[in-house]
Amino acid sequence: MDEGLRSELSKQGVFTTTLEDLYNWGRKNSIWPLGFGLACCAIEMIAASMARWDLARFGAEVFRPSPRQADLMIVAGTVTKKMAPQVVRLYNQMPEPKYVIAMGACAISGGPFKQGYNVLKGIDRYIPVDVHIPGCPPRPEALLHAFMTLQRKIDEQALTGAQRPRHLVAEAPSEYPVPEFGEHDLEPPSNPAVWQPPVLVRGE
Amino acid sequence: MAVEYSPYLFIFVLLVAAGLFALTPLGLAWLWAKRFSPRKPGPDKNAIYECGLESKGDAWVQFKAEYYLYAIIFLIFDVETIFVLPFAVAFGGLSAGAFVAMMIFLLLLVEGLVWAWQKGVLTWK
Repeated sequence: MDEGLRSELSKQGVFTTTLEDLYNWGRKNSIWPLGFGLACCAIEMIAASMARWDLARFGAEVFRPSPRQADLMIVAGTVTKKMAPQVVRLYNQMPEPKYVIAMGACAISGGPFKQGYNVLKGIDRYIPVDVHIPGCPPRPEALLHAFMTLQRKIDEQALTGAQRPRHLVAEAPSEYPVPEFGEHDLEPPSNPAVWQPPVLVRGE
Repeated sequence: MAVEYSPYLFIFVLLVAAGLFALTPLGLAWLWAKRFSPRKPGPDKNAIYECGLESKGDAWVQFKAEYYLYAIIFLIFDVETIFVLPFAVAFGGLSAGAFVAMMIFLLLLVEGLVWAWQKGVLTWK
């Protein structure tokens, strides 16, 4: 719909919208997170859902105990290599459209335990992460900011056309390969389809 | 002119409205899914267990059902007392038929006691 016509109509008191806007408006205001925490960030996540920070303002207070009913996975805490396959499997079991917030330094990069032999250096090696929150742990306000960022992201998603998100494309995968617990490390150590580390270019 | 008043008509109308209220969003969601969002099943998504771990083994396993022994022993030693005490109190005024009925009841329970004793349930292990 023409933007000028829309603004003209709204001046006359006629509110118009598109199916796409209505769809995204509904989705962004009812993001149901999966209720699972991995480490201390989960405490901040719980605090964010309680009365003081009140995640219910974003329609996201309904923490689901089953991945089948969840829209959003908040990876809150250190992902150990033993836990990573379970996290990926839980992500696979969520229905589309699904989103991921990596909460805290550990979930986005390994954080203070990055050098640990058993710590995964960021969950974005295996599943596509929509919002990264730094912090150790991030305060509930940071999680609220991540929610608002995710809402903005959902609001901009197209319903049709080449730019439409993954869950509307029939060929795009919904499940990502679950890493195996190998002899020395997880196999594969990362999923190249979702994680392309920047190539380090040293001086000539 | 008197309008014929049927209270059941309102119930019927409300029933239809309630049905539509429930079914219309479901139908719309189904149509939306048909039109826009493709189905994406997969081995993980269709898995029975949904807690991240893979399910192991078969669901058809045998459980050891031992609780029935406690139920039978409870019946013999506790429930029996509840019946025997009033029986003893009212013993003087009972008819012969009531006495025989009570004896049959006791016999049934004693039979159970003998069975349990023979099975070795009463020995502490």
